[in-house]
Amino acid sequence: MYKIVDKKVLNPTVTRIDVYAPFVAKKAQAGQFVIVRATEDGERIPLTVADYDREKGTVAVIFQIVGATTYTLNQLNVGDSVADFVGPLGNATHTAGLKKVAVVGGGVGCAIAYPVAKKLHEEGAEVHSIVGFRCKDLVILEDEFKEVSDKYVLMSDDGTAGTKGLVTDALKNLIESGEQYDEVIAIGPVIMMKFVCKLTKEYGVKTIVSMNPIMIDGTGMCGGCRLTVGGKTKFACVDGPEFDGHEVDFDEAMKRGASYKEWERHKYEETCNLFKKEVK
Amino acid sequence: MPNMSLKKNVMPHQDADVRNKNFDEVALGYTVEQAIDEAERCLNCKNKPCVNGCPVMVHIPEFIAKIREKDFEGAYQIISQSSSLPAVCGRVCPQESQCEKYCIRGIKGEPVGIGRLERFVADYHNANCKEKPVKPESNGIKIAVIGSGPSGLTCAGDLAKKGYEVTVFEAFHLAGGVLVYGIPEFRLPKSIVQKEIDTLKDLGVKIETNMVIGKVISIEELIKEYDFKAVFIGSGAGLPKFMNIPGENLNGVYSANEFLTRINLMKAYREDASTPIKQGKKVVVVGGGNVAMDAARCAKRLGGDVHIVYRRTLDELPARKEEVEHAMEEGIVFDLLTNPAQIKGDDKGWVNAVTCIKMELGEPDASGRRRPVEIKDSEFDIEADVVIMALGTSPNPLIKSTTEGLEINKHGGIITDENGATSVQAVYAGGDAVTGAATVILAMGAGKTAAKAIDEYLNK
Repeated sequence: MYKIVDKKVLNPTVTRIDVYAPFVAKKAQAGQFVIVRATEDGERIPLTVADYDREKGTVAVIFQIVGATTYTLNQLNVGDSVADFVGPLGNATHTAGLKKVAVVGGGVGCAIAYPVAKKLHEEGAEVHSIVGFRCKDLVILEDEFKEVSDKYVLMSDDGTAGTKGLVTDALKNLIESGEQYDEVIAIGPVIMMKFVCKLTKEYGVKTIVSMNPIMIDGTGMCGGCRLTVGGKTKFACVDGPEFDGHEVDFDEAMKRGASYKEWERHKYEETCNLFKKEVK
Repeated sequence: MPNMSLKKNVMPHQDADVRNKNFDEVALGYTVEQAIDEAERCLNCKNKPCVNGCPVMVHIPEFIAKIREKDFEGAYQIISQSSSLPAVCGRVCPQESQCEKYCIRGIKGEPVGIGRLERFVADYHNANCKEKPVKPESNGIKIAVIGSGPSGLTCAGDLAKKGYEVTVFEAFHLAGGVLVYGIPEFRLPKSIVQKEIDTLKDLGVKIETNMVIGKVISIEELIKEYDFKAVFIGSGAGLPKFMNIPGENLNGVYSANEFLTRINLMKAYREDASTPIKQGKKVVVVGGGNVAMDAARCAKRLGGDVHIVYRRTLDELPARKEEVEHAMEEGIVFDLLTNPAQIKGDDKGWVNAVTCIKMELGEPDASGRRRPVEIKDSEFDIEADVVIMALGTSPNPLIKSTTEGLEINKHGGIITDENGATSVQAVYAGGDAVTGAATVILAMGAGKTAAKAIDEYLNK
């Protein structure tokens, strides 16, 4: 069992928990992920490492409540424990040699983009962070991003926060205005990463994306996380989770990501109803 | 006077039409009377050919003699001198190509049912013996075992019995490796695996779950920072193989590893499971090994109409004969001399058919088996909403990529000498991580050999 030592509600659908897992904390790096099981009979889900504290032995993950499992995870509070917390898995973000980078984050993906921006900043790179949310209430990590960014551009779908528009609009403006990036790192919904890559391909800017497909073991055994990169089958857990965005088949990844949508919705409703019964 | 019946005592089974709808164990085990009657068939040969057929050299005639004397616990003690997992081996070993293959009774008639007797003895012990095994006195020497599958558990058990302080590191949340994520409940109940693991714990073996060695701690760190004097790598098979045909990444296409892990480890077949699985109505399983049989029989139990597609004939099927027979009895259709060419899907990305091509057997290839050759213009579609690829695995890359100096072969398997020693000092390996996908008992044999070699190395 792994104790939750801190919990922050970042917005109505996104929560950060800091978990005591000293072995994981000792090795974790930006870009890697952990597999979490909230309860003894729960599902194994991959969550990207949002932060870590090697001295305190804690690792932070940020998750969006989208289904039964994340709903259950969000029911746990400081002092409670998650049943399993395995990692760090996958490869760390490659930041060596990068001088100027645009970090693009979308929604809860910003939780994963932030440690990457932070790492780049600490290594002396110029960081332009472009983050997008549906609306003002969903904005997360604003102060944190500002602290590690030479430029911070906030976008929202409805214009209630920052500028109205998509992250691709902002990125296009920056590139058009003459900003030359060694690399763009895009982390967010698959559809966002797809369009960021479509844009950067036109401008010939190398783009790295972080994929978060369905997984079970996370160690290169089940093959559930496979995706097509450059026409070849790759496994996100051992080959990724970061890939050259110009090579990724995003349409396939989107379809695979939706495999259990119906099931999830059904299960989520069941969980919620069950919860209602208990509080009655 | 021995029992000279030419046939083994028949193993009681659940009826095929009942069992193909539940996940309970298929084979029910011998009664005391059946076990004694079968034990009477053993001639107690002087040269014991059966023992040489066993990768862990169980003293077979001796334990069978104890059954004849109705000393079942005595029989168990004899088996457990050689095997750490008798209840498992009695169920999943391919006895027909090992001990029983060399049984003298098999020359005229059927061999002695050694596997069935082993299972009987182990189950008898588990049901009746209340005494816990005694933890040997510790010699204070720490050994790390990576992976809690058959090779790791065997190596751990043998070393613990010698007084070593063994810690087993398991990547999953539950110990047992392929015995819990791969082999289905109806062939190997998980309570039996748990019991075998509990026995090891009683011997002093520590099991650390959720530890992905190579990621969380490297092998070098285990030795230098955590003071383990030797390491055994039994990390098992790795990435599932695919055919590289169009459509393999459609929704509803699973590797056998994923399909079986969802069912066996995550219990996705249960109503209350939190891990989902697509319950196919028309299921195509590609492959002809034991894993293909397991996947097909699981899919059948989830309510599917299941076809196994295999490119050669029944004679070349690599699965155990017993498994093939069980699968057929349960209503699984075998499409032989058939090979998938393409997997087709709908506009939402879900599989809806497999295009196959008919094959015929041509000249023998390097393996000596006749090579299947495509028959021109013989393509046809099999309707499918779930496709399971059971084509084997390639070794896991995590350990080799994080262990400096660890030599691997061109298939990705760790290179060892005949005692399991790798190219790195104090590091041994065995099981599927070395050989690629093989059997439980071969992995156990490798774990046993390595345990002996580790003991000798540390006493040099």
